[in-house]
Amino acid sequence: MRAITRRSFIAGATAGLAAPALTGAAWGASPAKVVIIGGGFGGTSLARYLKRHSPALSVTLIERDRQFVTSPSSNGVLGGLWDMSAITFGYDGVRAAGVEVIHDTASAIDPVAKSVTLGSGDTLSYDFLAVSPGIQFVWDAIEGYDAAAAEIMPHAWQAGPQTSLLRAQLKAMEDGGLVVIGVPAPPFRCPPGPYERASLIANYLSQEKPKSKVMILDASESFSKQALFSEAWETLYPGMIEWVPGSNSGVVMSVDPSTMTVSTSFDDFQPAVANIIPPQRAGQIAIETGLDAGQGFCSIDPATFESQVHKGIYVLGDATIAGAMPKSGFSANSQAKACGAAILASIAGTAFAPSKLTNVCYSLANAEYGFSIADVYGVVDGAIKGTYEDNRITPLKASAEAHAQEAEYTHSWYETITAEMFG
Amino acid sequence: MLLEGPHYFWTGRTVDMFLSRKLIVFIALSIGGANYAWAQEADGTRLADGCTSCHGLAGEGGSAIPAIAGKAPEDFIAQMTAFRDQSAPATIMNRLARGYSDAEIAALADYFSTLEAK
Repeated sequence: MRAITRRSFIAGATAGLAAPALTGAAWGASPAKVVIIGGGFGGTSLARYLKRHSPALSVTLIERDRQFVTSPSSNGVLGGLWDMSAITFGYDGVRAAGVEVIHDTASAIDPVAKSVTLGSGDTLSYDFLAVSPGIQFVWDAIEGYDAAAAEIMPHAWQAGPQTSLLRAQLKAMEDGGLVVIGVPAPPFRCPPGPYERASLIANYLSQEKPKSKVMILDASESFSKQALFSEAWETLYPGMIEWVPGSNSGVVMSVDPSTMTVSTSFDDFQPAVANIIPPQRAGQIAIETGLDAGQGFCSIDPATFESQVHKGIYVLGDATIAGAMPKSGFSANSQAKACGAAILASIAGTAFAPSKLTNVCYSLANAEYGFSIADVYGVVDGAIKGTYEDNRITPLKASAEAHAQEAEYTHSWYETITAEMFG
Repeated sequence: MLLEGPHYFWTGRTVDMFLSRKLIVFIALSIGGANYAWAQEADGTRLADGCTSCHGLAGEGGSAIPAIAGKAPEDFIAQMTAFRDQSAPATIMNRLARGYSDAEIAALADYFSTLEAK
């Protein structure tokens, strides 16, 4: 063993930072094996990052579905701005980048043996495992709302068939109908999502069924980009959208799909369309592996995204507790790059330092009216914190041109980030 | 200055890696006080990961978002600094630019200047 002096130790550490060695030297001849569970924004971004920076690395992506439908931009499908095909991606590009893609479920993780058991019964061993399972729903947290109820009162909070179902219901609805959107208490995926959804549904209704109404039954007292949404609603859809906060009987307590009844503590509604977004927690494989430590979401090292429960397992995206970062596709992508750098540093045996993380959440009030929240995060005192507290959102009273430009940026970002993952 | 002199390459093979990371953090904190010591040595490649989600992996831009590859470093720095002090009109970048120090902006400028302009 070579003695490591303090001086060479520090010099080596910083040299490693300046030029991350991606050779897998510490692993000897055979390349390290990375297994990733979940082919969404976190998992797919990580797989592509690793192959970009270390082509010899063995990277396996386990994803149940052969096609991925993005939740970002899915509200545009509900509002009739574009079709499902515009938000649906296959994994051919991921395979072409050298990632082994296995379409199966991950049924169990053995953190000690470092192996993953698939639904098929096959077992994969790993040196590094990343878990990016997204969310699952806490059924029956709202009385009567289970997976069967969601076939009548869709959540559409995991894009796919649920998105198509809700869109079909909106199209079939008669003019003058009521659309209810039930919003759970945080934390939930995509904090501004329910309000963008209300906007784009109102956009559709105002053109096709102008006597209709949208009512948001919200468990909370305030919401993401509230002033911007309120301003947009007054401008674009006056009188069409009603927001009911929790203190004004906004909390959805129970539903009865057989009578299309949505009940709060004081009121019963019988909407034509009920979009019930239930409370959420980390995807099942994270829960079963104990990565959430009973909290519902997973604590991670804020620099590396390594699990605080199991070393050698990393957790990304909506399944994590990531400090100031919201549960968004952009966040998951940013986290995947930090995690990828950490995994490569660990393989190379070099030191790893936290860098900056970013998130921009765009919302559309209609096809030409966009706004955003934009953040840069650092790791401070062991937590992910925003680097600024004020002026994080688009200013109020912005010009039509500014909103149109942000709508164009929304599309430009979406095209770029999906190309990074699936292109 | 940590980077002076020859750069010994430490592979980490001789020290348990988890322990070593803690040691490095400890040493860095000892030297740098409340801040990570390496914050002074901004890593443009890593920082660029925050830009590429919108501006593209090669800084090539998108259908509306501008390209940033191949810009002269002084131009990049001038633009980012103007965004940061709110003297240049913008919708998004006047917010995001506030997240980066002078050293970080310089590192980003160096990184994107090495990419081929599209």
